[in-house]
Amino acid sequence: MAARIQIPREAKRGEVIEVRILIQHPMETGYRHDDVGHLIKRNVIKVLSCRYNGVEVFRADLSSGISANPYVQFYTVAEGSGDLEFTWIDDEGERGSERQSIVVKG
Amino acid sequence: MRRARVQLALGLAALAAACTALAQERAIPPGELKSGSAFLGSDLRALQNDDFANPGMLWVERGEKLWSEPAGKERLACAGCHKDRSMRGVAAHYPRIDPASGKLLDLESRINRCRSERMRAEPLRYESEELLALTAYLARQSLGLPIAARIDGAARPHFEAGRASYHLRRGQMNLSCAHCHDAQWGKRLLSETISQGHPNAYPAYRMEWQTMGSLQRRMRACLSGIRAEMLPYGSQEYLDLELFLAWRAQGLSIETPGVRR
Repeated sequence: MAARIQIPREAKRGEVIEVRILIQHPMETGYRHDDVGHLIKRNVIKVLSCRYNGVEVFRADLSSGISANPYVQFYTVAEGSGDLEFTWIDDEGERGSERQSIVVKG
Repeated sequence: MRRARVQLALGLAALAAACTALAQERAIPPGELKSGSAFLGSDLRALQNDDFANPGMLWVERGEKLWSEPAGKERLACAGCHKDRSMRGVAAHYPRIDPASGKLLDLESRINRCRSERMRAEPLRYESEELLALTAYLARQSLGLPIAARIDGAARPHFEAGRASYHLRRGQMNLSCAHCHDAQWGKRLLSETISQGHPNAYPAYRMEWQTMGSLQRRMRACLSGIRAEMLPYGSQEYLDLELFLAWRAQGLSIETPGVRR
């Protein structure tokens, strides 16, 4: 599962930063049928979480109402240099993760 | 000498007539060309212009990786031949005649021809993630450049066939492409605004599909909408139609990966 993360490379301590993530995932709703009429099993990203230097700063429970390739944006406070690590898991148990580092000055 | 002069004059007259005819053929004059993005709501237009949030960029990134991955019996990557060569501007000239075979190729069939001839790899299936990714990556490099497909020489018969196909009434609704995209663009069709039907954003991410799709997939969606028979992917009629669409859109800039409804 490919994903893109966008955060500022550098920030001042205490600054509010914008965090954006885009994950490639079909987000199969469980309501669709295939060409021969069989129901396609639901498979959506259930949980998306973000840890900033090990501390969870964001968590979202996604469901079948979210479109394919979900895009999530939130804000957090730059507290120290290090990594923002995203992890997610879908209904089939497949996990994904992606990280990006930030340098915090001052 | 005099005869030659007369012939030259006749030739020039014929050329001028051909140019006028060509100019008159355009149902939408160049000054009124509008990309499909002009018919979108502001939210989708903003999404397309956001290099990060545009979901089509997931395919562009994948294409960039695939570009340097060796494939086939030759274990050759695209980057193995196209060394240090920017592919900027290439997509703007497609579909075009392949000088080696004399056949009309769109970007997808060009990629597959390289795979079969140079890499000795299996061709990628139309609408496969890999082919969409490579096509999107190639087209993205021509972002902002005007479409400049050529319709002279060996391309001419394909252009004529494409034009005939564009104006052919089809399906249970008995409509041609021109009935909507030349005569009714800008008007409402249920909740949608009819666009001019330009190819400059493809492969594009379509909300209805919830994924990326090629121009041929988009044409099939139109055919299905007017309840006409859909041709198989890669068929000659689609290629000819793609060339006609490129000529119709001459001067519009490339927007790949577009975001559409």
